[in-house]
Amino acid sequence: MSTLVLDGVSRWFGNVVAVNGVSMSIGPGITGLLGPNGAGKTTLIALMSGFLSPSAGTATLDGAPLWRNTDVYRTLGLVPERELGFGYLTGRQLVRASAELHGLADPGAAAERALEVVEMTEPAARRIDTYSKGMRQRVKLASALVHDPAVLLLDEPFNGVDPRQRMHLMDLLRRMGAEGRTVLFSSHILEEVEQVARQIEVVVSGRHAASGDFGQIRRLMTDRPVQYVVVSDADRRLAAALVAEESVVGVALRARGGLDVSVADFGTFAVRLPRLAREHEVRIRELVPTDDSLESVFAYLVGGRP
Amino acid sequence: MNPTLVRLASHALLGRRRGLVLLAVPVVLVLLSVMMRLLTSEGVGQEAVLNLGYTLALPLVALLAASAVLGPEVDDGSIVHLLAKPVNRHVVAFSKFVVAWTAALVLGALPLTLCSFVMDASDPEQALAWGVGGAVAATAYTGLFMALAALTRHAVVVGLLVVLLWEGLLGNLFTGVRWVSLGTWGRDVAHALDEALYDPGVGLGYALGAAAVLATGAVWLAGDRLRSFTLRGDE
Repeated sequence: MSTLVLDGVSRWFGNVVAVNGVSMSIGPGITGLLGPNGAGKTTLIALMSGFLSPSAGTATLDGAPLWRNTDVYRTLGLVPERELGFGYLTGRQLVRASAELHGLADPGAAAERALEVVEMTEPAARRIDTYSKGMRQRVKLASALVHDPAVLLLDEPFNGVDPRQRMHLMDLLRRMGAEGRTVLFSSHILEEVEQVARQIEVVVSGRHAASGDFGQIRRLMTDRPVQYVVVSDADRRLAAALVAEESVVGVALRARGGLDVSVADFGTFAVRLPRLAREHEVRIRELVPTDDSLESVFAYLVGGRP
Repeated sequence: MNPTLVRLASHALLGRRRGLVLLAVPVVLVLLSVMMRLLTSEGVGQEAVLNLGYTLALPLVALLAASAVLGPEVDDGSIVHLLAKPVNRHVVAFSKFVVAWTAALVLGALPLTLCSFVMDASDPEQALAWGVGGAVAATAYTGLFMALAALTRHAVVVGLLVVLLWEGLLGNLFTGVRWVSLGTWGRDVAHALDEALYDPGVGLGYALGAAAVLATGAVWLAGDRLRSFTLRGDE
């Protein structure tokens, strides 16, 4: 049982702040690190794996500092997002070398076991530069798993992995979490994170935006006004009718025709809009949600408004 | 030294196209000396060919070997896969140095002996002197280029500038440079073994000491840089 702790950690590169005053404690079980691209997930994982020094604050594993501390890799396994180099090695040579570098008693057996776990036994005899992205991802994982680490950090592990392998990888992570290991993985896809992680930490623009189980995070993300653009043949009449609706929290006329509508309860809105249109004899030409992108969801979490 | 890291570094050196370039340099040099010997009489042009080998081929081989074992992995960040292991960073640096150093000895210093012997078989003493002097220079060069590969992404360019400007141009213009010129130290050792060879006059003890200090310090520095290796995101 190991715990990773970030305490008031900031990291800046020149005058760019990549991580800003983040405190979190990652304990046994699976934690999802969720955030849009460029939010600082990779920087956080680098800090958590001892490959980046905090500009302020401390990053520790079971109380021991991570930076310039080679011994932490006895308990920690890292699957970086970085492409695997070593195209001139076979998968087996790489995983076997990892086992040897860990000083395992039987590196050959450990390597085969790790390759089996990620279902790479068969292609392991081929050179890495012949692998697909998914295969490289799995070899990276095998190389990080070979010493059976208590802590496993994975940066965007589901990128480029086909759906079947994704299921397999999710099962593997769940199993490791159930065994009491501390597993943390990053992703920019909420659905992906909530399928696996019990605990979710949300980072946006280098800040720790939210923390909780997936139910809490899901509610935070869905209980917010949703933006729609509605174009009709009688915008003002429709606007007047919409303002009277409980589910609507804001209506604005667009300069080029159409309405911007903020909806608090979009289930009710979906039922009410067609009825309103019929009652007021308005023909609706277009109904477009405008902020489905994850970035706006995250922006809402940080700023309180989309 | 770690046998696994030595094995991986050997793969890095020989498993890629760079390995062929590395082989080509000494092959061209030896072919040149064979041709000179066939077309002229014994000893003619020997100094010119060996100077070319010593001042250009040898540092080039050391540069290619040192940057091949460390450079690409640091540049593309894939060395993180090796560093996420409980292995002392100085052991990582030293293991890689051993591989590059072996390559520099076999492909940089040994060919000097071969060339000298091919061109003047009657003087094995001189052939040995070139080889040993070359080995001393190869040690210092490999260390220096390893440290450069750990310090900068532009290690090959900086290394070439060192060879061409510092060692080649400035070393010839200012005699004071000989005290801090890697090539000079090797030449001094070669001179100690064969008096007929050029004497830069820094003294054998100084030459050996300087080469040892530089190589040790450089490998230590490379290890220390690896301890502080920083993982950067693609973003």
